Amino acid sequence: MALFEALLDLADDHLVLGHRLSEWCGHAPMLEEDLAMPNMALDLIGTARSLYEYAAHVEGQGRSEDDLAYLRGERDYRNCLLVERPNRDFAQTMLRQLYFAAFMHPYWAAAANSPDETIQGIAGKAVKEMAYHIRHAGEWVVRLGDGTEESARRMADAIEDLHLYTGELFEPGNAIGLAALPDRAALRPTWQATIDSVFAQAMLTSPEIPYPQTGGRKGLHGEDLGHMLADMQSVHRAHPGAIW
Amino acid sequence: MVEPARLDSRRAWAAAAQVPDPEVPCVTVADLGILRDVRIEDGVAVADVTPTYSGCPAVLAIELAIETALLEAGFQARINRVMQPAWTTDWITQAGREKLRAYGIAPPEGSTSKLALFGETTVTCPRCGSRDTEKLSEFGSTACKAHYRCTTCAEPFDYFKCI
Repeated sequence: MALFEALLDLADDHLVLGHRLSEWCGHAPMLEEDLAMPNMALDLIGTARSLYEYAAHVEGQGRSEDDLAYLRGERDYRNCLLVERPNRDFAQTMLRQLYFAAFMHPYWAAAANSPDETIQGIAGKAVKEMAYHIRHAGEWVVRLGDGTEESARRMADAIEDLHLYTGELFEPGNAIGLAALPDRAALRPTWQATIDSVFAQAMLTSPEIPYPQTGGRKGLHGEDLGHMLADMQSVHRAHPGAIW
Repeated sequence: MVEPARLDSRRAWAAAAQVPDPEVPCVTVADLGILRDVRIEDGVAVADVTPTYSGCPAVLAIELAIETALLEAGFQARINRVMQPAWTTDWITQAGREKLRAYGIAPPEGSTSKLALFGETTVTCPRCGSRDTEKLSEFGSTACKAHYRCTTCAEPFDYFKCI
């Protein structure tokens, strides 16, 4: 069952962040971003579907991807805390995206060599998508960080709010001892190099975080996740078994 | 004399290959390289189909259209979704690229092996052929396209992203 649990860690990260991005649909600051954010959300939700589908198969209890996405409460969700943080403003949303994509890009690149063929397949697609998520979010972090006084202040606020959640990305979570998935801790230097390179162009600095926030992999979440899930799951719970 | 099974799989391929992409109808699923193979297994035409993007909303529509085309050609049909190896724009055929250009969509430039994490690729205007173009938006009308503008002829156009 270790693989099932570890797949849920990954799937929940992708679904929760994908849903967060989708909340911008119709509310983005400009039309281009109103296309960009739902597009990126689709990438994440598409990857989540593949992961849930595989997790359900591995579990072998007859649950479907929809059961896993819509019928688990917040204590059963394993996503890291970073992805559930509310959108707040556009700076916060773009920084969260950069932090996540800068981790998932090397993660999927490593997973493309997994001995598990299904994981190889999922990784092969996701790694390309993460590359342009880094590019898109990274360009915005530079533009806002090195922009006006107002945009720089908002980006600095976003770093203060989000940076303490990044340490959890490198924890093994439920994937301890699994050869099928990459070692998360080993990816820290690559992640740090990407963030440093973007921050240097953006005139921003990474703060030192002595006590990172963690707990998502054990189902210990902030208040915001429950509200998000209530919203996301309401249709499925009101109409059990409904499908497209 | 060709064996009947071989003949059948060729006919099945022909039926499936002419299905247009629902979002970019100027090209077929074969032009795009998302129809990987069609073969006959125990009397059933099995089509290997690979999605372009993980979350491409057209995946189900494409699979249904291929299945329908096979049924209409008189086959029992099954779709096999293939994830590995992952689709890349390198698989779009030369004919497919020409059709995209004629339709007003710039085909992907270069090869995916040369992709950089940051920095821009130069995109050629599908209407006037100018290399003086600028990106308006990394994301266009569908997940697989970006939005560009030609600074020579001033026409906006879609660019099929290189992934």
